Amino acid sequence: MTDSRPVLTMTGISKSFPGVRALHDVNFRLFPGEVHALMGENGAGKSTLIKVLTGVYDTDAGAITLEGDPVSFTGPMQATAAGVSTVFQEVNLCTNLSVAENIFIGRESRRLGAVRWGEVRRRARALLARLDLDLDVSAPLGSYSLAIQQMVAIARAIDIKARVLILDEPTSSLDAGEVAQLFRIMRQLRDEGIAILFVTHFLDQVYEIADRITVLRNGGLVGEYLTTELPQLSLVEKMIGKELDALEGIEEHSRRDLAALEEGTPLVAVSNFGRAGAVEPFSLTIHAGEVVGLAGLLGSGRTEVARLLFGADRTDGGQVAIDGTASSLRTPAQAIDHGVGFCSENRRAEGIVADLSVRENMILAMQAARGWLRPIPRRRQDELVDRYVKALNIRPADPEVPVRNLSGGNQQKVLLARWLITEPRLLILDEPTRGIDIGAKTEIQKLVTQLSDGGMAVLFISAELEEVLRLSHKVAVMRDRQMVAQLANDDSLDADRIMQTIASGSHREEADR
Amino acid sequence: MTTGLLTPGRARFRLPRKQIPVLATLALLLVMYGIGVSQYTAFSNVQVIFNVFIDNGFLLVVAIGMTFVILTGGIDLSVGSVVAMTAMVSAWLLQEGLPAALVLVIALLIGPTLGLLMGCAIHFFDIQPFIVTLAGMFFARGMCTFISGSSIPITDGFWTRMSQERIGDPRGNFVSISVLIAFVVVAVAAYTLAYTRLGRNVYAIGGNPQSALLMGLPVGRTRIAVYTISGLCSAIGGILLSFYTLSGAPLIAVGMELDVIAAVVIGGTVLTGGAGYVFGTVLGVLVLGVIQTLITFDGSLNSWWTKIVIGGLLFAFILLQRLIGIRYK
Amino acid sequence: MNATMSRYRTMTGHRLFWPAAVLFVMLAANTIYRPGFLSIELKDGHLYGSPIDILRLSAPLILVALGMTLVISTGGIDLSVGSVCAISGAIACMYISKQSDQNSLVVVLTALAMALGVALVLGAWNGVLVAVIGIQPIIATLILMVAGRGLAQLITQGQIITINSEPFRAIGLGHLLTLPLAIFIALAAALLVAAFTRRTALGMIVESVGGNAEASRLAGIRSGRVIFLAYVLSAACAAIAGFMMTANVSSADGNAVGLWVELDAILAVVIGGTSLAGGRFFLSGTIIGALIIQTLTTTVYAMDISPQTSLLFKAVVVIAVCLIQAPAFRARFSRRRRNAPPPATIADKPKEQVPA
Repeated sequence: MTDSRPVLTMTGISKSFPGVRALHDVNFRLFPGEVHALMGENGAGKSTLIKVLTGVYDTDAGAITLEGDPVSFTGPMQATAAGVSTVFQEVNLCTNLSVAENIFIGRESRRLGAVRWGEVRRRARALLARLDLDLDVSAPLGSYSLAIQQMVAIARAIDIKARVLILDEPTSSLDAGEVAQLFRIMRQLRDEGIAILFVTHFLDQVYEIADRITVLRNGGLVGEYLTTELPQLSLVEKMIGKELDALEGIEEHSRRDLAALEEGTPLVAVSNFGRAGAVEPFSLTIHAGEVVGLAGLLGSGRTEVARLLFGADRTDGGQVAIDGTASSLRTPAQAIDHGVGFCSENRRAEGIVADLSVRENMILAMQAARGWLRPIPRRRQDELVDRYVKALNIRPADPEVPVRNLSGGNQQKVLLARWLITEPRLLILDEPTRGIDIGAKTEIQKLVTQLSDGGMAVLFISAELEEVLRLSHKVAVMRDRQMVAQLANDDSLDADRIMQTIASGSHREEADR
Repeated sequence: MTTGLLTPGRARFRLPRKQIPVLATLALLLVMYGIGVSQYTAFSNVQVIFNVFIDNGFLLVVAIGMTFVILTGGIDLSVGSVVAMTAMVSAWLLQEGLPAALVLVIALLIGPTLGLLMGCAIHFFDIQPFIVTLAGMFFARGMCTFISGSSIPITDGFWTRMSQERIGDPRGNFVSISVLIAFVVVAVAAYTLAYTRLGRNVYAIGGNPQSALLMGLPVGRTRIAVYTISGLCSAIGGILLSFYTLSGAPLIAVGMELDVIAAVVIGGTVLTGGAGYVFGTVLGVLVLGVIQTLITFDGSLNSWWTKIVIGGLLFAFILLQRLIGIRYK
Repeated sequence: MNATMSRYRTMTGHRLFWPAAVLFVMLAANTIYRPGFLSIELKDGHLYGSPIDILRLSAPLILVALGMTLVISTGGIDLSVGSVCAISGAIACMYISKQSDQNSLVVVLTALAMALGVALVLGAWNGVLVAVIGIQPIIATLILMVAGRGLAQLITQGQIITINSEPFRAIGLGHLLTLPLAIFIALAAALLVAAFTRRTALGMIVESVGGNAEASRLAGIRSGRVIFLAYVLSAACAAIAGFMMTANVSSADGNAVGLWVELDAILAVVIGGTSLAGGRFFLSGTIIGALIIQTLTTTVYAMDISPQTSLLFKAVVVIAVCLIQAPAFRARFSRRRRNAPPPATIADKPKEQVPA
């Protein structure tokens, strides 16, 4: 690594959206010939920082310099032209075009306006050879694997004399072999003096490739560290932080006798559920009245576990027993028939139907289960809706307004009501408290407690460990798409131990300490 | 793991896969021609093929324009009406005594202008192409009847010469000038799509508009350009049609947009955009033409079989596209 | 002042306000142009007059547009309705023309049942292509749009089948309680579709699927069945409209029956406030939309302009309606307006949500 001047500096960057402070006084620097990992949980501000850097967003305050000169890009195109190229998680290329064309489209060699295909292909081969790739450059990009497509995207990015290469979660859909191949190319580019900004959620990968780490949390800078000087556990702690407990209202109901709960037949027992590219096979049992917390960093496979249990995605294999009887969870409709409910973390895309009213959104799942021929009588609808509007304190209390007009927290409560109306036996809540105000958060946490006391099983997913610890009887820990541990929530379990498990991949080391 | 191990296997099936629809169309065309030759002796006459081109020259030109639009993933319903409007305007202006050259220029400007306006509405206001070009279709058809409720004959010398001129070999086989013009359009279009940035951008947008935007390609400009090109092709088609019929009629070319879309799809262009060739469209138009010729030769079959067969072929080709998995999105 | 403003807001904000206003303006313009426009007279126990004509002539379009509304609400489109009109009309007329007693009610009912049955099969074909095979709706229904015309001509052997059947003619031209029977049929169909969608949960489920397909799937809705049903229903509506069109002229012309009706129907649906992107649907809006289109045509007739030229007006209406509905256009328009008043009003803007 060179100790020369940084190729890129960002100082005092602040950026706000109405109601949200996305970045606050963040500093960032990038040296030539280094791989610099940008780490942080959901909402930490990573993607905002990249968008500010590449000119997608304006800054409210702060300055960016590239090789000492102040710059302010108007968009990714201008940034690319200046030598700051970005490769996104989803490959932004055209799979119907050839490999060579994807590298050069918009910059083809031409003579009298005509594209010189021979020349384009020759240059493409030369460029790919530099990355040690031997591809048929006239084959359509779509005939190659995602990993190769990712590398073609990198080839396109570096052809423009890139000095800074931003890789935004490039590895999230690659397998181990493909990641190794990508890293080989990254090292090669680094050795050529290119500065690489690398965003990933995989801790192992950070420690394998990154020279330096910058951690963001809640829009603020936590710090910049040399990878060699930052143990994994400290990194996890810095990313998650220790939130002040603002939720005193809830007593810790969780530390009850897990053994008593786990007597008898489990409500749901899955074994070897898994899906290639999403999550490694796992086994999990959930009993009636039990709250199972699912902890792990963003991208560790939390949501994927939930989706498999609900049939939103199909498992590649494995068995499921419900009340001890072999069964299957292949579609959401089937899961609902078995008494499973699922609140997606993606409220807007997978939760609410924005056009429909609060009432309609609430009764949707129940109506779907009954079939369209047996409408829920209007009086019964009003009764149910009224009850949950009151119980969950939904504002505005008018059930006929379109749900799009509600705040995020209230939309979340409408979704909760949708599932509560179906009287599920297992309710899966994926980040139910994210992005909603503290009051609504407390109410939802209280509700989970009440529901489990009433005998409902809950799978509770959250990025906030305090929350998971407070509510769960048992905590399953995810790391790099694997369920690495299932810990009983007894007196010995605390946030530190969970973080350690996330960081190390196994809680056994804990015993050694 | 080395790349050498990773890569070659995955690209192996590329060639056939991409070309299957066009090859299927070619095979279909040969089979139909074979049936024709084996059933009717007169079918083997070269002039039969020339006549297919003469009768469908204007359709071919319009289908070329539609190919551009469909390659970007759009659709243009206005083509039939624009063809009629162009023929109508030419006939009317000639009747009013304007010189032929001026009439040609005006007629060739109307279609692209309408296309440009439609393209702008689609791009700037983000309205579905289906609806915008539907309005364009209503507008152009309305203009036809606004000009005249009945057919206007063309007696202009240039037009009649273009109509009657035969270019042929000593044995008496011939094509019309329209066919040559159509071939020129085909050649220019094929060159544009294969060798110019505009053409490559068309494919990129059809493949993935978001990616195209992120790669810095001029998506808006290209999208507006394809509707303008389609308008221009429709205008040329309208002129060719007026050469062919020597008149402008308000209700001519009604429903032509369906034939055109069918020809493009049968020619192997994927309706969601991003894949297809001008050559395929030529084949698609020929398939339609040969079906008509076969049915004419047969005598016992009626014209409605054309539509049923075209519908069946559409179904077959759409299913084929799905089966071989040409879905890049 | 403030109260009037807010009442004005509530009124203009209502979904049906603009379509109804357009219809009203058109009727008013007609009345000014031709003072006798709105007069209705009783002759031979039947009511006559332009308003009655508009209602009667718009009946087939209303029928087609009702089915189209459901299809569009699921996020699809049905281009084949015109062909289905032609096929069902052709089958009914063909069957009746072959019978010795064309005036027999049994014969007519059998003919209608046969034709309706075939239409349901065609609707199911569309439904399978869209909901099971997963072909884009516009392409899937294009197949039947093209081939259906041929099928209709195949049934009539390219002839215009003329029949002489009183019961069949009554569908288009008969009277009931001094009013044309067609009005009652359209009304009955509208009530039936309304009951079918709003008395069951079908309407809500269709809106949910069209509004957010993935969220609906995760709520346990099996959307395939609902989408399939919408196409079948659309074909059934088109078939009844086809009966009416053929009954109006007592003949079936495979080429002409229902020509372009799919475009008018889509237009009526869009004017009525149902978004082409799917989601909420408005049957009453669709009916007003169909009435607007028919009034436009009647107006153009009355003003001695060639009927084809009404297409020019239609083009203007399509573009105007789509622009009003297009978010991009609204944004430009409202931004310009918002810039005009002093910045104090900006505080009134609802808080925008920013994806984290």
